[in-house]
Amino acid sequence: MTDKDRKGEGKAAAGDDFEPVIVGFFCNWCTASAADLAGTSRMQYPPNVRPIRVMCTGSVDTSFVLRALLEGADGVLVGGCHPGDCHYVTGNYRARRRLTGVIKILEALALDPERFRFEWISASEGAKFAKVVTDFTEDIKRMGPSPLKEL
Amino acid sequence: MARIGVFVCHCGLNIAATVDVAKVVDRVSQHPDVVHAEDYIFMCSDPGQLLVQGRIQELGLDGLVMANCSPTLHEQTFRNAAALVGLNPYLVEIANIREAVSWPHMKEPERATEKAIEIILATVEKVRQNTELHTIKVPVTHSVMIIGGGVAGIQAALDCADAGLEVHLVERTSSIGGMMASLSETFPTLDCPQCILTPKMTQAGKHPNIRIHAYSEIEEVSGFVGNFQAKVRHKATYIDWSKCTGCGECMTVCPTKKIPSEYNHGMAKRTAVYIPFPQAVPNRAVIDDKNCLWHPKGKCGICAKKCPAEAIHYEDNTEIEELEIGAIIVATGMEVLPVEHFGEYGLGKIPDVVTGIQFERLLAPSGPTAGKVLRPSDGAEPKEIAFLQCIGSRDPANYKPYCSKVCCMYTGKQAMLYKHAVHDGQAFVFYIDIRSDGKGYEEFIQRAMEEEKVLYIRGKVSKVFEDEGKIVVWGTDTLTGKWIELRVDMVVLATAAVASSGVTELASKLRITTDEHGWLKEAHLKLKPVETLTAGIYLAGAAQFVKDITDTVAQASGAAAKAIALLSKDHLERVPIIACVDQDLCVGCGYCETFCAYGAIAVDPVTGKAEVNEGLCEGCGGCAAHCPSGAATLTNYGKKQVFDMITTFTNGQVVQ
Repeated sequence: MTDKDRKGEGKAAAGDDFEPVIVGFFCNWCTASAADLAGTSRMQYPPNVRPIRVMCTGSVDTSFVLRALLEGADGVLVGGCHPGDCHYVTGNYRARRRLTGVIKILEALALDPERFRFEWISASEGAKFAKVVTDFTEDIKRMGPSPLKEL
Repeated sequence: MARIGVFVCHCGLNIAATVDVAKVVDRVSQHPDVVHAEDYIFMCSDPGQLLVQGRIQELGLDGLVMANCSPTLHEQTFRNAAALVGLNPYLVEIANIREAVSWPHMKEPERATEKAIEIILATVEKVRQNTELHTIKVPVTHSVMIIGGGVAGIQAALDCADAGLEVHLVERTSSIGGMMASLSETFPTLDCPQCILTPKMTQAGKHPNIRIHAYSEIEEVSGFVGNFQAKVRHKATYIDWSKCTGCGECMTVCPTKKIPSEYNHGMAKRTAVYIPFPQAVPNRAVIDDKNCLWHPKGKCGICAKKCPAEAIHYEDNTEIEELEIGAIIVATGMEVLPVEHFGEYGLGKIPDVVTGIQFERLLAPSGPTAGKVLRPSDGAEPKEIAFLQCIGSRDPANYKPYCSKVCCMYTGKQAMLYKHAVHDGQAFVFYIDIRSDGKGYEEFIQRAMEEEKVLYIRGKVSKVFEDEGKIVVWGTDTLTGKWIELRVDMVVLATAAVASSGVTELASKLRITTDEHGWLKEAHLKLKPVETLTAGIYLAGAAQFVKDITDTVAQASGAAAKAIALLSKDHLERVPIIACVDQDLCVGCGYCETFCAYGAIAVDPVTGKAEVNEGLCEGCGGCAAHCPSGAATLTNYGKKQVFDMITTFTNGQVVQ
């Protein structure tokens, strides 16, 4: 692995200039559409979240979240359809059940479980998307860089 | 080593004003797999597409990352362009740097540029591991099953049949016609259903391409778009329909005469052996085994003796028929909230308080009073009637939060028809708002108010009770702020419309969904109102939400058009992004089976390995995340691909 010039993102110690690296997994049908809507509506939110479009939150493997955190991401955000609205009927319920387990793993790793967040954001909730991203970025900034970054 | 081309669009200034496109091109070019990167002002334009196609040919590119707007806009555009010059379309991916970057980060150009670079590089990681895919061809059965024989089902059946498709129209009662057949006259034209519906019913009954499965229900549906298998249960009629002529002789002799008639919504009685109404299609009698004396006591038997066609045999002739179906249209319609509700308005306690649909029967020439408005308690002509709107609708605290949509119009119509029948009568309408939003609807309501002198009172009613032979209605006129007491002869409640009973069970058999109120859910409220999220299943009429006849017929034709378009080909093409199972890794635990909502993945009993049904898989990728051995993957969304995207974001670059 090589480091690139990243303008100090995620590398600086906790402080005003700390810009966390956040990996986002957004479902194609709801949250990715909400992100599009936020963009189309020119809602401004911090650029820290790096989005990965998945077909369904039900396809988000536990290892995706852990991989991101172990590689030094300061936070992971998963966004999918509201309960009952899953494009694939029950994928979001399965995701919730599976990813709840991540919290236990993070505790075992002495990582703050708050570094992982799961949100229901429907395709019409562009404003909610912008707010969730903004709030989560602020929260992670407060927590400081991931301790796993130094590993 | 892959040969990937990256094309960065300026989108005029939409991207270029925020993202430093030159810097992006420079940086992504350094990726070892990127053999070419360039920017252009409008990549989606014809010259833009030609530029991309030219580079594919001249540089022999084997993968494209198009950095531009959201994939929902131009993914298909660029995939088609690539396919035209021989590059497999599934080797083209979009890096969204407009909705996800330039627009939400307008004030931070430097960080936006960094984010754009990372998104593009992550997409490069995905594309270089993508495999060529080809659309999946599945054969098609050229037949349609329509569930529900109301006006929606009839219209859809006629449209499909006229287009040459084989149609199976499944209706759970013994005649098609649905709710519309029970109506007196229809707003705003005052056409009677006998004039406009029964000809369509007859046409459907006689159409060479339509088979009506009356008195039948759906037992089971399996299969997938173009290839459904349906089991239809023909319920026991106890009468040989091939002999029955529909003469009705059996009804004249049946001693069990006091069963509330479904067709008349309880305003008349029927016999245990019955034809629901004279214009029934098919015009055949059935025996209601819950009320017939032969069942279970074995007594009576009069109808069999009297039947001139010798059609009645009392034997349970339930039959399950299996049908091969290409597409399904669900047209199960609506009902009104059952009578046991609304005690506060005296419904069920005061005989002269009736629901709107019951009042339709009193107005209908085909009804129990032959169109004379006579009140149920004593058969007298009511001189004053109060119509109460929004009973159970727009009432989130007690009943339904939604507007039932048709009540304003049918209440106006009923008040008008009442005035036509009882010239010296007075009709009062209590309303919250008048919603008359269709063609000719507002004019119709104005006619009721101005020409027919129906008195409209804005306000809700608090209580309805009996007093000295009159029905007392307490309410408030919210325009004058005054409390009102009316003493009337009859009260008609416009009760809330609800989805048909049993629709939730039907939905789960069809693997489609309902909303919280039981209405069937469309794929997209605005842009896919007749499609469901299950390919090949469409919605028509009030099953999706309350609709008047105008909208129902329009939607039925829409659903039919979708089914006809689907079945116009010999083969169906499906997006090939579906799950696949590495047979060497699969241990046959069947865990994937428990995840899949479509029954698309199953362990083969012979090989003991999971296999994916290409026709059923919707490509959600859930089984891949669920598979403990890592055997299941979603094509082109492999674990390694996602890991490398993550690594791009966390470490900048993946070392191959």
